[in-house]
Amino acid sequence: MARVLRINTRNKKVTEEDLAGDYAGLGGRGLTSRIVRKEVPPACHPLSAQNKLIVAPGLLTGTTAANTGRISVGGKSPLTGTIKESNAGGTMSQKLAKLNIMGLVLEDKPEPGSPFQTLYINKEGAKLMEIPEISGMGTYDASKKLFEKFGQKVGIMVIGPAGENTRLASSIQFTDPKGNPSRAAGRGGLGALMGSKKIKAIVIDSEDAKAPEAADKEAFKAAAKRWAEILVSHPVTGQGLPSYGTSILINIINEAGTLPTKNFRDGRFDKAADISGEKMVEIINQRKGVAKEGCHAGCVIQCSQKYCDEKGEYLTSGFEYETVWAFGSNLLISNMDQIAMLDRLCDDLGLDTIETGTTVAMAMEGGVIPWGDGQAAIDLLKRLYDPKDYLGAIIGNGTSFAAEAFGVDRVPVVKKQSLPAYDPRAAKGVGVTYATNPMGADHTAGYAICQNILKVGGDIDPLGKEGNIEVSKNLQIATAAVDATGFCLFVAFAVLDTDDALETIAKLISARFGINFTADDIGKTGIEILKDEFSFNRDAGFTAAHDQLPDFFTNEELPPHKVKWDFTAQELQKAKVDF
Amino acid sequence: MKIQVSCFATLSKYAPDDGNLDIEKGDTPESVFKKLSIPSEEVKVIFVNGQSSKRDTLLKENDRLGIFPAIGGG
Ligand code: SF4
Repeated sequence: MARVLRINTRNKKVTEEDLAGDYAGLGGRGLTSRIVRKEVPPACHPLSAQNKLIVAPGLLTGTTAANTGRISVGGKSPLTGTIKESNAGGTMSQKLAKLNIMGLVLEDKPEPGSPFQTLYINKEGAKLMEIPEISGMGTYDASKKLFEKFGQKVGIMVIGPAGENTRLASSIQFTDPKGNPSRAAGRGGLGALMGSKKIKAIVIDSEDAKAPEAADKEAFKAAAKRWAEILVSHPVTGQGLPSYGTSILINIINEAGTLPTKNFRDGRFDKAADISGEKMVEIINQRKGVAKEGCHAGCVIQCSQKYCDEKGEYLTSGFEYETVWAFGSNLLISNMDQIAMLDRLCDDLGLDTIETGTTVAMAMEGGVIPWGDGQAAIDLLKRLYDPKDYLGAIIGNGTSFAAEAFGVDRVPVVKKQSLPAYDPRAAKGVGVTYATNPMGADHTAGYAICQNILKVGGDIDPLGKEGNIEVSKNLQIATAAVDATGFCLFVAFAVLDTDDALETIAKLISARFGINFTADDIGKTGIEILKDEFSFNRDAGFTAAHDQLPDFFTNEELPPHKVKWDFTAQELQKAKVDF
Repeated sequence: MKIQVSCFATLSKYAPDDGNLDIEKGDTPESVFKKLSIPSEEVKVIFVNGQSSKRDTLLKENDRLGIFPAIGGG
């Protein structure tokens, strides 16, 4: 039977239980959010012993179905104070699934001043150990040491100096198939939660373990075959994403006039071409990088890449649109190498690139460094390697904190989490998602850019109000369900456009577990997850007043379309499922 | 009359050299595809002045036309 391991970080005891009772049949975000709802007191301080950090592969992770190797990390967010699920790639999820572990729960908290521990799990069991030399290290050096110690085949999740020092913008990094810790559970400061438990790294060794088999192998094989066809034959998942990566969005979002520029002052950036996906691929090819890579085995879309510096040395991977935006047009930086360096620094320090980009914007607003100065931004982030550096501490604590420190009143956050790479005034569907989803401003929670701009899964005017509440609500439900399966969210581009896609997913789940799971159950799963999340937030003190965008979006027109944000608080509440 | 035309991703090779194109009264995105030999079935999203537009929209002097294949990311 599938197992959950509980690790008490104070007394170092590891206990094991079956995935049963309230948790039976759950995976990924479904499991992380249910455990948080049931076991974490909503009003607790996120860095206290009462909070828990939960790591869960999806329902289909570990199977041969394409793109199922994603991982969910959950807890009460140190950044927002809401419930949080942050989703990442990397190799660890499939290794956990192979060990038949559906969840890891880090509990309690060591005494102040306790040393950092590493949790090592293999088929014999789990143990906590001290590896003093990796404390304080960046994630690149730390994972290199861990691979040397445990072998090249392990999967690693690790925090950097930012998480160790419980900075609110900190991420948890996962190693990719090449061993680079470039895949992030970025949003919501979960690195700080892991740091508060004094866990530097978790290492999963699944050598010699036998992955659980599907209950109905033949049916699973047939559904998995159709599933791969669906992904490979759609123009976005079969061609667009593999060829150019996610930064292909820069030009289209710019053309649509919704690429946030200079901290959300303009919807177009005059140097967009210099930071576009087309440009990135050109640079990668010149320098013999790799334009197309998967973040885990079994990904057929492969939106990742290897980006090299001028000398042809590896600089970064998992270099995504959101990051290019956060450090690019958002800060008026148009030098791709500088943006790549900022991405590398974030991965190494263990920082969310979106939150950190918008935090650096606060430093530019406050006159700490000049707009557009990429080198100054690089130097600013490097300060975070020193835990005693106060300016580094301010930057590591995210947009809201930095804005207060620097006296800035133009602060693009919802529930203290920063807005990502689409201006909500000219992409209103995703704006509704920013305002209302349970996690704070987040695009993945209900990616209405599909319908607003990309014309996938429908066509809804991004500048008007009509249809945008409904599309956000439906996408929030669908996304929650996708996040429970282990699927990469990018499968949605194909799913939204393919008639038998939902049915195929239902068949995969049915055949994997020997149950009768229907396409309707997918929606029900999403609704159940959102109910857990919204009710947790309510009990943590969140009200409709928190489901709002900052008022500068209502007061200022966004060029070039001259549009404002104009949803009322009451209208926005309709985007939430009843809970 | 002149318009600005940009083509992106797999369609970038069809863009006019200086980004400008002479058009006549009655021209539409669809007729521009013909002029530039862009395979119409490869076009997924069309922007005229930053607004998503149909293939038969009438173009005017100084319009900014953006032509995209199917694209996704996030
Ligand atoms: S499409 Fe990209 S993010 Fe999704 S699984 Fe593949 S490499 Fe990872």
